[in-house]
Amino acid sequence: MLEIVFISTLNGVLYGMLLFLMASGLTVIFSMMGVLNFAHASFYMLGAFFGFEISRHVGFFPGLVIAPVLVGLIGMAVERYGLRQVHRHGHVAELLFTFGLTFIIQEVVQMVWGKLAVDYKVPPALDFPAFTLFATEYPAFKIFMLAISIAIFAVLLLIVKRTRVGLVVQAALSHPDMVGMLGHNVGRVFMLVFGVGAGLAAVAGVIAGPALVTQANMAAALGPILFVIVVVGGLGSLSGAFVASLLIGLIQTFAVAVNVSLADILGDTQMAETLSVWFSDIWSVTVAQIAPILPYLLLVLILIFRPRGLMGNRES
Amino acid sequence: MRKFVGSGAFALVVLASTALSAMAQDTLKIGYVDPLSGGGAAAGQIGMNQLNYIAEAVNAKGGVMGKQVEIIPYDNKLDPQVSLVQIQKAVDQGVRIVIQGNGSSVAAAVSDFVTKFNSRNPGKEVVHINHAAIDPSLTNDKCSYWHFAFDANVNIKVEAMTNFMKANEAIKKVYLINQDYSFGHSVAEAAAAKLGAEGSSIEVVGKEFVPLQKVTDFSPYIAKIRASGADSVFTANWGNDLQLLIKAAGDAGLDINWYTFYAGLAGTPTAIKQAGLEDKVFQITEGVNNLDYMPMQEEVKAYMAKYPDAPIYYPRLFNAMGMVFKAIEEAGSDDPVKFVPKLEGMKYVDFIDGKEGFMRADDHQYFQTMYISGLGSLGPNQPFEEEKTGWGWKVAATIPVDDTIVSTTCQMERP
Amino acid sequence: MIASDTTSELPSARRRSFLATYGVWIALAVVLVALPYVLNSGLAISTMCLMGIMIIFSLSYNMLLGQTGLLSFGHAVFFGLGGFLTAHAMNIVRVTGAPLPLEVFPIIGGLTGLLFGVIFGAVATRRAGTAFAMITLGIGELVASSSLILRSAFGGEEGISVDRTRVLQMFGISFGPQIQVYFLIAAWLFLSVAAMYALTRTPFGRICNAVRDNPVRASFIGYNTTTVRFLSFSMAGLFAGVAGGLAALNFEIVTSSAMGAAQSGTVVLMAYIGGVGNFAGPIIGAILVTYLQVMLSDVTGAWQLYFGLLFIGIVMFVPDGIAGLVARQQPVLVSGRLHKVLPRYLTALLPGLLALAGLSMLIEMTYQLTVNAPEGPAMSFLYVPFDASSPLPWLIAAAMLAVGLWLFLKAGRLALEAYGDAVEAARGNVR
Repeated sequence: MLEIVFISTLNGVLYGMLLFLMASGLTVIFSMMGVLNFAHASFYMLGAFFGFEISRHVGFFPGLVIAPVLVGLIGMAVERYGLRQVHRHGHVAELLFTFGLTFIIQEVVQMVWGKLAVDYKVPPALDFPAFTLFATEYPAFKIFMLAISIAIFAVLLLIVKRTRVGLVVQAALSHPDMVGMLGHNVGRVFMLVFGVGAGLAAVAGVIAGPALVTQANMAAALGPILFVIVVVGGLGSLSGAFVASLLIGLIQTFAVAVNVSLADILGDTQMAETLSVWFSDIWSVTVAQIAPILPYLLLVLILIFRPRGLMGNRES
Repeated sequence: MRKFVGSGAFALVVLASTALSAMAQDTLKIGYVDPLSGGGAAAGQIGMNQLNYIAEAVNAKGGVMGKQVEIIPYDNKLDPQVSLVQIQKAVDQGVRIVIQGNGSSVAAAVSDFVTKFNSRNPGKEVVHINHAAIDPSLTNDKCSYWHFAFDANVNIKVEAMTNFMKANEAIKKVYLINQDYSFGHSVAEAAAAKLGAEGSSIEVVGKEFVPLQKVTDFSPYIAKIRASGADSVFTANWGNDLQLLIKAAGDAGLDINWYTFYAGLAGTPTAIKQAGLEDKVFQITEGVNNLDYMPMQEEVKAYMAKYPDAPIYYPRLFNAMGMVFKAIEEAGSDDPVKFVPKLEGMKYVDFIDGKEGFMRADDHQYFQTMYISGLGSLGPNQPFEEEKTGWGWKVAATIPVDDTIVSTTCQMERP
Repeated sequence: MIASDTTSELPSARRRSFLATYGVWIALAVVLVALPYVLNSGLAISTMCLMGIMIIFSLSYNMLLGQTGLLSFGHAVFFGLGGFLTAHAMNIVRVTGAPLPLEVFPIIGGLTGLLFGVIFGAVATRRAGTAFAMITLGIGELVASSSLILRSAFGGEEGISVDRTRVLQMFGISFGPQIQVYFLIAAWLFLSVAAMYALTRTPFGRICNAVRDNPVRASFIGYNTTTVRFLSFSMAGLFAGVAGGLAALNFEIVTSSAMGAAQSGTVVLMAYIGGVGNFAGPIIGAILVTYLQVMLSDVTGAWQLYFGLLFIGIVMFVPDGIAGLVARQQPVLVSGRLHKVLPRYLTALLPGLLALAGLSMLIEMTYQLTVNAPEGPAMSFLYVPFDASSPLPWLIAAAMLAVGLWLFLKAGRLALEAYGDAVEAARGNVR
């Protein structure tokens, strides 16, 4: 029992940190620009493929720097020449713009790298088990991922809370005209924010690529889970996203460990027999089976009962 | 606004080109209705490559009954409803032979549609050549006269695989992990029944269902498998659900054997290599390219000269096309009404191993010699690696065709 | 004298207003009846059936997005559930032999949509804006995932199949041939469009607009915005359910993909491309998007790229959609300057086409050399065969794109000037 709790906690934290790594860029863009970036997963995919391509020539670690910079530049160009035009038509238009972008990035990736999975490997320097716990090995790469994730969180938090840049960005969201009059270039601020967000997505891609599968369908495979994290954490709250990632990682991991179904709870009573006929479908469904849809349930419940999210400070 | 004017014009171009492409020629038109974009595109593209190769080879020899074979792709985006519209389009363009395989849901919809379409449109009958969907209902309770299954169905594969596992004395505890939808459930139930049957020395220590293509992190499942003490896993997972599962096992250092249906599917050999699971992952198929059968190996080399990415994944497409062409020539007509009776009960020398298989008339299920193969470093006379991994499929066991025959509940309605 | 004048004028005024009011509807009915005789191939009729269904679906969606300002990412839930319940009802009727003709089955879909609209609406419409969008996203994901788990209700991945000819037949119509289904869909389309249009003209429709434009003010004048959103959501569910029911009897199969995220995304695209600010917008969008979905993948393997470019182009340059673009030409007609503006449009169109052809050629050549690499570099574009690996076609395509774009920008500026003049003139006329 202790073993299961211990291992599940560790797995949950590792998974939660992977989720935060993926969601951090989305949170940055969402909380600072108010844009629901549907193309986030596409930037993540671009990061993975750029990282793969660079790792083939100069190695993994240069790729970890170069790929995010490249994707960040692409993100800035997208903001400058696309999103900015759309901005005046409102949030729905912005969101749909990023929605259209996903089609284009998807097809371009398919044209360049094909439809098959590419062989994006864990770098040899990190390809060893870091430690062994209850006979389960934990690869060094996962620990590296955890460290990067926490580092990103710390740096972002520092920038937003402790630097002038962070203040300007936050002010630009609520009072763009005032910030503009104070002599700051609001357009450039937003461009930078979008670039940073896209770059962070790419960092996640470079790291998750070898850990998961680098394939042209990886953006679609990610699904809307990242939106769940951002919303559950609270719009505009970096710490909220961090907590939500951990929470969702732990919930899913622990749920998988639980093999209980309605049939087990209600046992062999007369009533249970009647119910089992009527609800034959959900009767034997275990908690483990519904683990991955729990985040969506959480999303709906949170939005109903606490629309600000866990740590958000405003509604939308 | 400027952009819009352009888009309108673009639509016109599209219109004009569709109108022109519909112009008829006297060829044997074969419609390939499978995913060519989206999540299933990798598998769909491989099938398309093979069909193009087969058609080119046949056309170089003068075609079928003097007619050139033309493969027309219809992208169904792995969606049942889109597939039906695409088949309607194919019929309008003179297609009477529809090849489809990816996705049980699509296959069921297509088979159902074709049956209804044929009864409502006599004189325009279409035949459905299913090269990959293996849901047993397609050749049992939902069987159709116009549907032919060329891949061994779930019952056959489970029967063969579990017999192989039961004969292997090293296997004591088996963990079943499958995707949480009808296909995964039918595999799990059949496998649990076979492995847990009386007289079996194998214990089923877990029966897990993972939500279909929703899981990113499989390490909790690996923890469960380890906790159960299993020495083998039986899974019919495919795509990401298999690749990520195997990579998670590799990460955690879980040293057990994997018995799968779809480890050969595009992308999975790469994942197995990355996980470092040499000679630990097995699949059941109708054969692999490294079989010691020279005519086939020559053909695979010719194929790879054109499509170098991977060797032949769907040998059954060669069987299916060969049998359809043979039936057409025997019937002297490419009208499905005439050549379908020839397909029923047809015996055929399999492309992959030169052994004989047959199309059972009762349910239109093709029976052939089956092979269990493992992925690992190659030996002599095994020239074909998968996806440039350096590893290839090597035969671990052969199941003769007689041992693959299972009963059917099909009550075929013949026109 | 004055009195007699009025009486003599009244009937003609009435006649005009009759035509003005009902002319569009008569025309719609005539078009719906005539279409299958003009476009009579099997594919055309199948496609039109699909378009009819999608028109109802996207119009129902616009009750949310366009009329009430609610962005939903889970609208396909009602479409799918309506379809499933209709399919189940058809199977029950087949077994029990209940005297229910096929014509009325879409009502079952509609009622299902309404029921679930009420249930989910009670949850979702308590919020607006981004929170609402995210709740619908969550609900959509929950329902779609559950459909695979609840196998006896949703038939697993194979879905529920039905036979539309096995229910009570009225007037000897079997509904075997697709053309008969077309007329059934057309009839339901006409009814639904009329009903949804009528709804926008009611006080309720106006209040929806008020809630969309300024919820604070709407609540100050005494309307509960949550209730308005709730009612709108439920009604949208009703019509989406009707569309789902029609889809069930058109395809004779309903699968869980009918209520997946892709379907929910498609309806957003349809409504937005057509134009959410105009009643006709979603109709245009549904027709265009359905056509592209059915046909585009035949013409080019890179269809997603074109689809994305088209969509982004619309969002960036025509944010009020195609219907909005057409509506913006009204001042041109009013000012009577069409003869001046139209030639300018055409001179901009030609280089625009040239640029597009160049762009498309570049894309297709890239596609040939990457995805289609095994087929070799020989290809043809607009029926001109050439070798994509030689530099000449690349130069030609790039030149077409550059020259076309340059001329287009010049001509486009002139066209916009002419348009501006016409708008000025129209304003002058009004004054």
